[in-house]
Amino acid sequence: MKFWISAAALALFALGLALSPVNEYFFYVSYRVLTFVVLATAWNILGGYAGYVNFGTPAFFGVGAYTAVVLFQWLKAPLAAQIAGGALIGGLLGFGVGMLTLRLRGIFFAIATVAVIFITETLMINWRYVGGATGLQLLRPEVMAPFENYIRMLFVVMAWMGIAAVAVARYVQDSWIGRGLRAVRDSEEAAEASGVPTLKLKLFACTVMGALMGAAGAPMPMYLSFIEPASTFNLDYTIGALGSAIIGGMSHWLGPIIGALLLGTLQQIITVTISGEVNVLVVGVLLVLFVVVAPGGILGLFRKWLPFSR
Amino acid sequence: MIFSFDLLFEAVLFGVLLGCFYAAVSIGLSVSFGLLDVPHVAHPAIMVFGSYCAYIVAGWGLDPILAGLVLMPAFFVLGVLIYRFYYETFERRGSEAGVRGLAFFFGLAFIIEVGLILVFGVDQRTVQAPYIGSSLALGDYRLPYRMLVAFGVALVLTAALTLYFSKTFTGRAIKAVAQDEPALRLMGANPVRIKQWAFGIATGVSALAGAMLIIIGPVEPAMDRVYIGRTFCVVVLAGLGSMTGTLAAGLILGIAESIVLMLFGASWAPAVAFGLLLLVLGIRPQGIFGR
Repeated sequence: MKFWISAAALALFALGLALSPVNEYFFYVSYRVLTFVVLATAWNILGGYAGYVNFGTPAFFGVGAYTAVVLFQWLKAPLAAQIAGGALIGGLLGFGVGMLTLRLRGIFFAIATVAVIFITETLMINWRYVGGATGLQLLRPEVMAPFENYIRMLFVVMAWMGIAAVAVARYVQDSWIGRGLRAVRDSEEAAEASGVPTLKLKLFACTVMGALMGAAGAPMPMYLSFIEPASTFNLDYTIGALGSAIIGGMSHWLGPIIGALLLGTLQQIITVTISGEVNVLVVGVLLVLFVVVAPGGILGLFRKWLPFSR
Repeated sequence: MIFSFDLLFEAVLFGVLLGCFYAAVSIGLSVSFGLLDVPHVAHPAIMVFGSYCAYIVAGWGLDPILAGLVLMPAFFVLGVLIYRFYYETFERRGSEAGVRGLAFFFGLAFIIEVGLILVFGVDQRTVQAPYIGSSLALGDYRLPYRMLVAFGVALVLTAALTLYFSKTFTGRAIKAVAQDEPALRLMGANPVRIKQWAFGIATGVSALAGAMLIIIGPVEPAMDRVYIGRTFCVVVLAGLGSMTGTLAAGLILGIAESIVLMLFGASWAPAVAFGLLLLVLGIRPQGIFGR
């Protein structure tokens, strides 16, 4: 109950913020940070709970973005339909990749997800309708009533999506699904032997992850008014999602949020003040550092003072 | 596009050369991932790092192949250190195959890549050698000498490692670790020392592979990304840890990529390795030559 009240309060706060006269740049940056909250939360459902590493964040994200572009170009579909479409295709992709490789050891799944990035990128590079390698300029439609401009609206959309993603992750974590996934992570043989439907659970987690990532990608073309394969299928999304979850802490839904807010903000600051390369370097170094020194992430460091366990 | 038998033959010929090269760049991973079961996704990044080291050493007037050979001992030590670190932090705690080992190597790859960008910039780098730029005319076909050199080095490298793993005591010990580590421990041997030796060899070989990479074409820091697909495709297709299988799998990938290049153009080529990889994982994950 406490969760839902704070979720509703946050949703209203985001809406209020978007209608207030806060500087435009704030929304521009926050949208990016919030995207990483959704991606990291989605990543953690499979990676954190079940222990299967997904390197393919940009594939799911990109497929969502391109689905939105196709729906927009073809049917002039509204944003909500674009997001639903992105989630659907992202989820299907997650299910497909899962069917193909979740029977195998985790390393094979991880490598397969890298493959999916490059294959989807190559397909988009060679598909003229969505702009091919050079990309496509998109004209934003008129913004809806209470909002002053499109970026403010997208900020609210992404904030709500973040809250929804966290609610899904929280549900998965606290239900029998999460218990099953944790059993898979600790010992897959033991889980299977004691009657946990391991493959079904992994497939479910992979599908939900894909759908959330696809949804997170869908508003991206409208945010940039542009789409192009190289930046859409960029491995920076991989390290952002995986890094946020691991740095924040993978055992609880709060971890990826903390990680993404911290990392996302840090990245924005470094990109502006130093350079984009240094920002990726910092994330890489932090990731290795945390994995080696503090495997429990930030949550693990403060576990003693937190009111909940695991 | 006109299809002809001549073109196909040329594509296959080029594919064979390319395939041997792919086998050579994958053979280190075949040891580290195939035999030792380390989720070494940083292998291509270390290889690209090797290319840049070879670029520097070749800049002093050394032949690039020789530069690769000179770098091998240093890379051997680097490999031993990386494995030692990996063992102490992950394998000994029993969390090697999980999220953290993979994340560690992925982070390492990113650090290497961005480090190279910060030092050398994103521009492409090349080396100079007498055999770069000219080609051998064979009737109507032209074979670039640089491909032939890479082909020769690749064959020698594969043959040497195959012999090493089947004939020498240490080589057989490495295979024994791969087969049954607890048994080896019971016999009184120290598997960790054998494994760090093997990982050293795998990394040392990457220096030579890196030298070949910069011989067959210009190198840029982000190049490791597409080679994740190529190397893992070859190693999985080969069946984990099989040296002769690595050569065969390299040839399959090389020929497939070369034919796709001819039929559909360069924009489709990077997807071939990844597509083949998915196909193998879906249909026959133990690889062609796997048990």
